Order: sequence, then C-alpha cells, then structure tokens
Amino acid sequence: MAHTLIEKIIGNNVNKDVKPGNIVTVNVDWCMVDDIMAPFTIKKFEEMGFSKVWDPDKIVLIYDHFLPATQTDDSRHFREADAFADKYGIKNVHRTDGICHQLMTEAGYVKPGDIAFGTDSHTVTYGCVGAFSTGIGYTEMAGILGTGQLWIKVPETIRVNINGKLPDNVTSKDVILRIIGDLTASGATYMALEFSGDTIDAMSVSSRMTMANMAVEAGAKCGVFAPDEKTCEYCGIAYDDKVKSLRPDPDAVYAKVMEYKAEEFVPVTACPSLVDNIKPVSEVKGTKVDQVFLGSCTNGRLEDLQAAAEILKGKHIAPYLKMIVTPASRKIYLEALKDGTLDILSDAGAIITTPGCGLCCGRGGGILSDGETVVATNNRNFLGRMGTSKVNIYLASPKTAAATALKGEITEME
Amino acid sequence: MNQTFEAKIWVLGDDIDTDIILPTEYLALKTVDDMKPYAFSPLRPELAGMIKPGDMIVAGKNFGCGSSREQAPEVVKALGISCIVAKSYARIFFRNAINNGLLLIENSELHDAVTEGDTAKVTPGEQIEYNGKIYKIESLPDNLMEILDAGGLVNAMRKKNGL
Repeated sequence: MAHTLIEKIIGNNVNKDVKPGNIVTVNVDWCMVDDIMAPFTIKKFEEMGFSKVWDPDKIVLIYDHFLPATQTDDSRHFREADAFADKYGIKNVHRTDGICHQLMTEAGYVKPGDIAFGTDSHTVTYGCVGAFSTGIGYTEMAGILGTGQLWIKVPETIRVNINGKLPDNVTSKDVILRIIGDLTASGATYMALEFSGDTIDAMSVSSRMTMANMAVEAGAKCGVFAPDEKTCEYCGIAYDDKVKSLRPDPDAVYAKVMEYKAEEFVPVTACPSLVDNIKPVSEVKGTKVDQVFLGSCTNGRLEDLQAAAEILKGKHIAPYLKMIVTPASRKIYLEALKDGTLDILSDAGAIITTPGCGLCCGRGGGILSDGETVVATNNRNFLGRMGTSKVNIYLASPKTAAATALKGEITEME
Repeated sequence: MNQTFEAKIWVLGDDIDTDIILPTEYLALKTVDDMKPYAFSPLRPELAGMIKPGDMIVAGKNFGCGSSREQAPEVVKALGISCIVAKSYARIFFRNAINNGLLLIENSELHDAVTEGDTAKVTPGEQIEYNGKIYKIESLPDNLMEILDAGGLVNAMRKKNGL
C-alpha cells in the first residue's frame, strides 16, 4: 500500500502497515518536558506509582519559559525538575541553553524518522527533520516517562506543494502564515501537513523549522518535511538508504492537496488577534509600532538574525521604538556574536537578551500595555499573550520586523 | 463500561472551546471541585448548577477546541457527566478526556435530533436509543477502553504498577 510520509514514519515504528484512522501504540524515541509543565508531570508520575523512568537517556528536560526567573515562584520549577532528574538519573537537562524546540534537534536528539512527544504544543517543530512530533498533556507525559509508549491515531495528510523562487522580501514565515490563513485555525485538525516542491527543497533546515513550528496553528497534529542532504548535514548523520526511504510514495492518498507558486507570495502578517487573520503587509502599512520582537522557536535562528542585520546595518531603529532580539539558543547567540550580527543589531539600537522563550510567552522583558502595538516574529498573537488584552500583536517575518523597526511603522522590506 | 445507562440530555452547539468549558481565570483554583461552578459559564452561567451526576452532554462539531488545559475534561468529569456525544472533538481535548476517565462518543446524527431535558439510553460501544430510534456508535479501541474502565490514565498506570 502507498503511504504518505507520516504513515511511513509511524508504520516503521510499529512495524506494520498503517492507514489513517488506525489507532496504534508507538515506542517513543524522545520525550521533552519543559520547565512550566515539569512540576505537574512529576506529580502525575508519582501518583501513577512508578519507581523508575523507562529510559533516562530518552528523556530531555529543558528550562526555557521561565528563564531567567522573573516571578518569585518560577525557580521552584527548576528545583523540582532538578530533584527529579537527580533521583531518576536523567542526564539530558538543559538549564540555560535555549528554547526546547530549538534544542531538541540542534543538540542532536531528534533525527529523521524518530517519534517524539513534548509537553508544549510547538513540539510539532521537529517535523523539520522528518520526525513525527507533537504536543501532549502532562498526564500522558507522565505515562510515557514510566512506559516509553503512547497510543496515537494515524492522521490523514494534507500535502502542500510549493514550486518556484520566493521573492527577496518573502521568507518561510510568510509562506506558513499564508497557508494558515488559507486553511484557517482549525482546517488541519487531527491531520498531518506534508510540505514539498522545489521551493521547499531550496529552503534551509532553519526555514523549514519555522513552517513545521506553526503547523499547530492550523490545528495540525504535525507538519513534516522529507529529510534530504541538508537535513542529514544538520543532524550530523549519513544520507543513507534508510533516510532516503523516508519520503512519501508517489501514489500516496491525501485528504487534500494545496498547490502554490512561490512567485505569488508576498510579505504577510497575522493581524490582531487570530493567527489566521492574515493580510498582506501592504494593507496595514503605516500602522504605528511601539515595539519589535525578533526571536522565539519560530524565528530566533541565525539566518533570522542575519536577515534583520542586513536591513539594519549602519542604520538606527526609529525614535521611541524598542526592538528586542532574543536568540533561540546559546549556540545561535554565540554564532551571531562571532560573525558580527549582534554587533550590527546592537549598534542599530536593539536590546539583545539571553536565549529563551522570553517575550513570546509574555515573560522576560518587553511586556506591553493597552493600546500599544508590537510586530513580532513568534507564532501566536492571542489576546493577552505579550501583556494586556488590549495590546495589538502582528506576527511577521524577520525581514518585515526589521524593516518595521527602521521605520517605526509597519512596512515590508524594500 | 458496557452496561446500559439512562441519562438526561444537555444540548450544546458547535466549537465549544476550552475557554468556554473552563475560563482561564479559574484554572488556578485549588481543586477541581472549586472550578465546578464556573464550567461553561461564558456561554451558560446557570448550567453547571443544573447538571446532576449521570447526565450527558450532546454537542456539535469540534468540541473542546482551543488550549491543552486538562482542567477542561477534569471539570466536566467532576460535574458527574456520564458521557459526551459530539459530532467531533478537538485532538488534545479528546486525549485529555480519555486520560481523565471521561467517556466520549462520536455520532453525527444525534445532535440534530435531540431536545434538551429528554433522556437517552446509552450502551457504550454499541448504540444510543433516543425517542424510539437506535443510533449506532463505534466502540473505542481496547487500549482506550482499558484507560476509561480504570477511571483514567493515572489509575490505569497504578493498576499496571500493582497498586
């Protein structure tokens, strides 16, 4: 039987032919618990009566949402997670290294074909390397910690084909925002998104990561990319027959196929306060902006920082406007430090912060208040996400964000 | 879980999101019992006080859409709801409900037929009898029934661990 990519990944794991709708129990390759959910997960794990974890080397604990702590109860989460890691021999603990969804592939855990679960909805990000990964609740995570298994329903797949060359002022962020706008916020519920076409082939793994990250904003269970040579280079593995087999069969059956011409994309923004409220940047051009946020697991990578630096080099952000730059990980922070990117951004007036989730989850510095407007490169513009419920959040690409910072009003890169 | 039960019906519409089931401001209350009075309050503030243990909810499509908060199925369960029959469920709510021992049934026709306050006779995994008509329902897979029968994932795991 012909299979889509996600059907192949799940079928390989359970060693049988699967089709959409089947419920199967998978063996988990990796699980990730973040600092917010750690205490809840640990409590459930203890209630379940486990005396040991299934495999301490497959569990990754990452502190990122609350780092560095900004409220008095935050550090309790670190202490409880530390004690759990010590008690059960968990060595993979990242206390100050960056955002969980960046680290799960960057630090060498999740590889093509793997199955991973995390206690955060943006766990879908690892689809960028051809893995199946998705977010779950803390009770289920507690069960995985004890058993290494989880039941899942094999999803139907929506295939998204994109061919051609994207305009210079368009990034993969504009592409995924447009797709979410077309699908709506629930258009892919229960389903997998599978991205393909020569535009996708030409993208870096970082750019694909941005798209996989936002699959959940259309309700999807995951968003996957067939692994190629770039993926293998990023993951530090050989491009062998096993990896090459991880691609959809030509006659696989899809719930829907969406076709796009790359040349027809334009810079877009998700307007307040829904992720599927997508408009071309040109339609909201001129809107006065108080702050720009460049960062997050969606767009806090080196290529994002470099794209902004290219626009801001030798110039200065608009008067009154604040720009906050938060690299997604320590590795990215150091790379951007060494290649001069941070110099340029700082010279241009940006505030460079420690790696982590920062403002994306309404923590760290940069909270806004009633009537203020922020252009941000992260993944959600829900009410109250970056301050009060009367803050206007526009989601956009790093290029649009940098061009906007320069001008003090929403604008696209010229 | 296979024995037949009769339940009084409460009818809700499409896209009942987790913010309706339990608004954010009540998520941090100490116990799920404290949260009970606020269930469904944005939509029908009086409803939580009227639901009696054993009642059922019949709803439209995409029940439980929105956030991953486990408090949503927990509070419905705590109100004593015996089962929800909806046209479809949002993914994370579906999982969280089963894991908290709340029976979910998918059926595309019942919602359009029922009147609030009537009763229906439910035989899990087999059928619902309402107003003289039989609505066939699919059984959940065995592994999910095990979780439900144990009263949720925590209890199922405790059983597995010999507790």
